[in-house]
Amino acid sequence: MDKLLQHLVNGVSLGSLYALIAIGYTMVYGILRLINFAHGDIFMLGAYIAFYGLMFTSIPWWLVFILTAVITGFLGILLEKLAYKPLREAPRITVLISAIGASFFLENLGIVVFGGRPKAFPIPDVFNKVIRFGGVSVGVITFVIPVVTIVLLIGLNYFIKKTKTGMAMRALSKDYEAASLMGIDINKIISITFFIGSFLAAVGGIMWGIRYPQLMPLMGMMPGLKCFIAAVVGGIGNITGAVLGGFILGLGEIMLVALLPGLTGYRDAFAFILLIVILLIKPTGLMGEKVTEKV
Amino acid sequence: MLKIDNMTMKFGGVVAANKFNANIEKGEIVGLIGPNGAGKTTIFNVVTGVYKPTEGDIIFSPNEEEQIITGLRPDEIAKLGICRTFQNIRLFKQLSVLDNVFIGNHLRIKSNVFSSILRLPTYRKEEKEMLEKSIYLLEKVDLKDEMDEKAYSLPYGKQRRLEIARALATEPKLLLLDEPAAGMNPQETRELMGFIKDIKEEFDLTIFLIEHHMEVVMGICDRILVLDHGTLIAEGDPEYVQNDQRVVEAYLGVE
Amino acid sequence: MRDKMRENKKMSSLVILVVTLVLLFILNKTLDDYKLRILNLCGIYVTLGLSMNLINGFTGLFSLGHAGFMAIGAYTVAILTMPIPMKEMNFFMKPMVPFLSNIEWPFLPALLMGGILAGLFGFLIGAPVLRLTDDYLAIATLGFAEIIRVVFTNTQSITNGALGLKGIPNTTNVWWSWGIALITILFMEFLMKGSYGKAFKAIREDEIAARSMGISLFKHKVMSFTFGSFLAGIGGGLLAGLLGTIDPNMFRIVLTFNILLIVVLGGLGSIKGTTISAIIVTIMMEALRFLDESINIGSLHIEGIPGMRMVIFSVILMVAVVVKKEGLLKES
Repeated sequence: MDKLLQHLVNGVSLGSLYALIAIGYTMVYGILRLINFAHGDIFMLGAYIAFYGLMFTSIPWWLVFILTAVITGFLGILLEKLAYKPLREAPRITVLISAIGASFFLENLGIVVFGGRPKAFPIPDVFNKVIRFGGVSVGVITFVIPVVTIVLLIGLNYFIKKTKTGMAMRALSKDYEAASLMGIDINKIISITFFIGSFLAAVGGIMWGIRYPQLMPLMGMMPGLKCFIAAVVGGIGNITGAVLGGFILGLGEIMLVALLPGLTGYRDAFAFILLIVILLIKPTGLMGEKVTEKV
Repeated sequence: MLKIDNMTMKFGGVVAANKFNANIEKGEIVGLIGPNGAGKTTIFNVVTGVYKPTEGDIIFSPNEEEQIITGLRPDEIAKLGICRTFQNIRLFKQLSVLDNVFIGNHLRIKSNVFSSILRLPTYRKEEKEMLEKSIYLLEKVDLKDEMDEKAYSLPYGKQRRLEIARALATEPKLLLLDEPAAGMNPQETRELMGFIKDIKEEFDLTIFLIEHHMEVVMGICDRILVLDHGTLIAEGDPEYVQNDQRVVEAYLGVE
Repeated sequence: MRDKMRENKKMSSLVILVVTLVLLFILNKTLDDYKLRILNLCGIYVTLGLSMNLINGFTGLFSLGHAGFMAIGAYTVAILTMPIPMKEMNFFMKPMVPFLSNIEWPFLPALLMGGILAGLFGFLIGAPVLRLTDDYLAIATLGFAEIIRVVFTNTQSITNGALGLKGIPNTTNVWWSWGIALITILFMEFLMKGSYGKAFKAIREDEIAARSMGISLFKHKVMSFTFGSFLAGIGGGLLAGLLGTIDPNMFRIVLTFNILLIVVLGGLGSIKGTTISAIIVTIMMEALRFLDESINIGSLHIEGIPGMRMVIFSVILMVAVVVKKEGLLKES
């Protein structure tokens, strides 16, 4: 029983991380109909920026984390301006190729700049404590992750539902053409979308670094793919769906390993199998809307 | 030839076609008219299998036998002998004019893909026939001189004719034309009318067409169906429809 | 006039073929081992590039599953051709399943089997996945490739898991790699010239119109996907026979990316373009290797920067995509 509870806590924690990253995919897809393949690498950049901030400056850790998220947010905007904006009118396949190119560029740039060898993330002491209740003992970070995620989600929800920019964002994802005719500044909205997505990815990257304190330039690849899958499973374009997908994936993975230890090696395949099953049963995802093609 | 039986098509809450009935006899030219957004193209899309109707059936009888084709895929329906053109022209843009028509032949091919790759004699014979037929059709629509051009480089009127040639290559029994005269000048429109009558005779076709040019509709249709808000409001020969009160109202927007 | 043009084209194709064969003969005699290896790689990448172009460029399906199909071909060839004693040495952690440990096939049937298994797998996954549209298809095929890799890492008694396989007979030579490259070029030329190839292009151009002209999307997409994965399997098998060593980590998405680079630079839908770009990209990949490794010129020591090579290649890809935009599609 205690064991199960422990797995549950771990699953929720991992699920929260996935959810944070999945939101970035889903928001960009909602507006540009584009899989931002480089999103996982933005997540990696976030983790590395925090690493350098903690190692080589005397700025307090919490400020490093906030600055990291903001800087990463701006890197996201830069990515869009360089790799996607010039291709806004181009065929979808061209943009997808550009996205893959951007992803590989960032990964290899990571190897060049940060070095190929893994780096140990300097965890601030606060996060090193272990909490015990009953027979369950978990690191503080395991609790911090879901809490931070929930706070950010509430903030995001408020932003999207209540602010003018948020409403413009929703309008753009509902009907791009109409919204652009209504005088919405598309470039600004897209930049903000990339900023938010990358900001959240950086937060995810930092917490990932604390949780699994080993940084590698290719660390964003797998989580990136998995979180895209989470977004698809939940129904791409739908933020609630992305969160739901993230939790399903996180819990599913942890439970698979916990309940069927023989299949541990197949952990990474779980997400892809889930993806294929969902696409075949309900291609629009759990919370996605059906789109009718126009002839 | 074609019977549309009590067909309703809904998209979410929007009713695009409501209990629509039509019966087209072999050898007829039937026109479908109505104001913009009346649901004309939706009916074409249902007949050709692009949409599955919410209710009702589509019955196709190229010979004596009747066959329910509701729910079949568009390619299956094309193989049975219903082919169409598109309101907003859907050619294979990057391919040559000749290839566009040639591809129209593909659904009748008997050789398999391996004999095509190995270029076996049976395939080569078949390909030669397909090629000859394509060139004949291009001659028919007066595009033979442009057969090596890319489809997108043709002017609008010629693209429309190419679409008809491509549809004819599939050997249809029933041909659906979605606004064939759109964007044509009066001279071209007159030629088109002659052309439609001409292919109907030569290929033994039944034709169902959507058109806004009243000159075309009145000039060549044996019978006209008038659609408004997804509902059939009048049916009859051109003269009858022209004088029908409801039709005039629908077009002039009188409540 | 058309006939005359066709005659001319036939003649020039024949001339090119003869020149290529003579050139290969000379190169085979004169080049050192390292350069021969690059020449072999060029041939293999021509096959791989064309197989991806068939799916992505000619049929317009955005598939990223190539590394997976290559892995199937490579492992099939490795397992079937490896001498029995060598198998025992490789499988020291966990013995190989008896059914595979006692067979030793010649290269050609093993290579064909690799292609067939990859093709079969393409057929099986193509059936459900090809109903999806572009980006979903990309992710699903990528997912399948990853699943294949994960499975190969975990099936220790068949693939030797993460340890990989060493001592695969080095059968691939210039005649194998380029012979198959030439056959693939001919295959593509004939396929795309014929009615089925044109139907593929029609699907790429406009699915709705193709469907309305009686072309079964499903049948033709699966067909193209199966051919493409067959050829990818063959390419993977040749690679195994060239390198002599394989492990699951070779078949990561990076490999698919390399082939995508070739296809995009050569032009989606261009046989000639892919062939030329496969050769150039492969040579460049090797030529730029110095960027990653330290070199000594006399007393001068230049520190290499690992990863620099791939940075340059991704920049080339991005620039090509942004500059060409609409023009990625080139008809041959």
